[in-house]
Amino acid sequence: MSVLLRAEGVSRVLPGPQPVTLVRDIDFSLAPGEFVAVTGPSGSGKSSLLYLLGLLDRPTVGRVSIEGRDTAGMSDNELAATRLARLGFVFQFHFLLPEFTTLDNLLIPMRRLGRWDEAEREHRARALLASLGMAEAAEKLPEQLSGGMRQRAAIARALANDPALLLADEPTGNLDTRNARIVFDIFERLVAEQGRSVVVVTHDQEQAARAPRQVRLVDGQIVHDSGRD
Amino acid sequence: MALALHIALGHLRRRKRQTVVSVLGVALGVGFFIAIAALMRGFQTYFVQQVIDVAPHVVMKDEFRSPDRQPVELAFADGAVSVRGVKPRDTVRGIREAGAKLAAIEAMPGLAVAPMLRGPALLRYGARDTPVSIGGIDPERERRVTNIEKDMTEGRLEDLRSTANGVIVGIGVAQRLGAKVGDTVTAVSPAGITQSFRIVGIIATGVTAIDASEAYVLLRLAQVLLDRPNVVNAIRIRLEDVREAEPLARRLENVFRYRTESWEESNQNILGLFVIQNAIMYSVVGAILLVAAFGIYNIISTVVHEKARDIAILKSLGFRAADIQRIFLLEGAIVGIAGAFAGWAVGLGLIELLGQVRFEQMGPVIQGRDRFLLAREWWPYLAGGGFALAAASAAALIPARRASRLNPVEIVRGAA
Repeated sequence: MSVLLRAEGVSRVLPGPQPVTLVRDIDFSLAPGEFVAVTGPSGSGKSSLLYLLGLLDRPTVGRVSIEGRDTAGMSDNELAATRLARLGFVFQFHFLLPEFTTLDNLLIPMRRLGRWDEAEREHRARALLASLGMAEAAEKLPEQLSGGMRQRAAIARALANDPALLLADEPTGNLDTRNARIVFDIFERLVAEQGRSVVVVTHDQEQAARAPRQVRLVDGQIVHDSGRD
Repeated sequence: MALALHIALGHLRRRKRQTVVSVLGVALGVGFFIAIAALMRGFQTYFVQQVIDVAPHVVMKDEFRSPDRQPVELAFADGAVSVRGVKPRDTVRGIREAGAKLAAIEAMPGLAVAPMLRGPALLRYGARDTPVSIGGIDPERERRVTNIEKDMTEGRLEDLRSTANGVIVGIGVAQRLGAKVGDTVTAVSPAGITQSFRIVGIIATGVTAIDASEAYVLLRLAQVLLDRPNVVNAIRIRLEDVREAEPLARRLENVFRYRTESWEESNQNILGLFVIQNAIMYSVVGAILLVAAFGIYNIISTVVHEKARDIAILKSLGFRAADIQRIFLLEGAIVGIAGAFAGWAVGLGLIELLGQVRFEQMGPVIQGRDRFLLAREWWPYLAGGGFALAAASAAALIPARRASRLNPVEIVRGAA
């Protein structure tokens, strides 16, 4: 089985007069096309784990490798380049840039990557929005969208550069049940139809149950991983 | 770069009012700089022009910069020699062998030269009299060295030659005496010689001190009146290139030993004043631009603070620290460039406005003196614009660096 992302013996400690351990001794690996839900009580280190897996944060101990490459030796710029090309993030808050239209919000990471020309970029962005039922929102500013639409726009942006892995941190935390279900429907489709991997952090047990693989975190440690053999 | 510009413009467009205020701050600084520079430079250039035009560029006088050294001082150059009670030799003052010197200087290219004997006299007309400085001139040479011909309001310079005992007087002299062209005045010199002159011309230079005290006669007549036959006490030179004045003066003084002053040396006090004037101007305008720079610092700091979330998401999307810094530096530069352009417009407008101002002038109006004298030069635009861009970029640098160092994890965590 090939491995997309692997964490080995990862701990993250916030330095200070009284060091805080966010996660400890995490061993975790993710295969392409896997859909994982990370659950646990608040403060159990779910988000911290996600930031470590998403190369936003560096582990204090242990190592994280993506597609076989160890991230410990990478510079900040290399990590940024990896995030840009291979990872997509969705947060509880949509974080859309308020000055720009939905379409522009999608185009910004695509322009930064520069893999396609402008016409191709716009074509892809519009197709992506259409696939999420957002075609008519392309020219709108984020403030003109509903909460559910904004979150879908944020997902579209996370997918703009065709990432191998989508990382979602409480993506349904601000949404009602119906919109939360739509978001999880999208995640399922990404995995089933496009073979992407999705790691979603949630405290909503009902939604989490839709993911084939469950990881439960308590006090920064994995206490249950349904995918571990 | 294009992407950073796109995002920077997006930020600024969203905060129109603050952006406009910042741009205006820079624009006012640049505009005032341009206008004040035009005003000051215009005045100074006019003044220098006047000084250069009115007087000869180089004057050799019949005096020495330092008194002659005594033989004992020459013999014991390093000795502790003190000579007291030296009686000056009683010689006829004047430039010796002036004719030969005149010829030697005249042989140099790019200049015109004229001799002069100047001395005091009293002009009398009826019951009135006024002291004057009589200048004995050679009209043919004089017209090539000074503006005397241009300044004449009545009569012609040639009349000095064609009329026996002709004199040209300043307009102030004529008014004091109550005399007109054609009237005969009496001149009395300290040597005790009295001679009659007929007024053949009036000059008005616009400089009251000159107009009220000068009179010109033929050199030969002045030598008679002042009882100094064949003496010349000033050799005056006009150059095609006024910048050559100082080096030429030094060369001539080295060769002939007589004190030789360029127009720069003669007007050192005024030129020194200009330096101080310029220093004051540049500090005031610099202060305006400094305040504008703080305005820019303020707006970009605020933007960085408010945009912490956007910065975090851009970083999580894969933007590098340098990309983020570039965005905010560009915002500063855009404000600076926009401010510079707006400032050029403000400067142009101010100059036009100042050009419209008219002053009520007392007395006879000399041409061009009833309004501001404005120098329309390109360099203040360049300097003001360049300084605005530099100040704006420097002001943006600190917040831009802070933005680039923001840790996305902390912000994402805080925002959730």
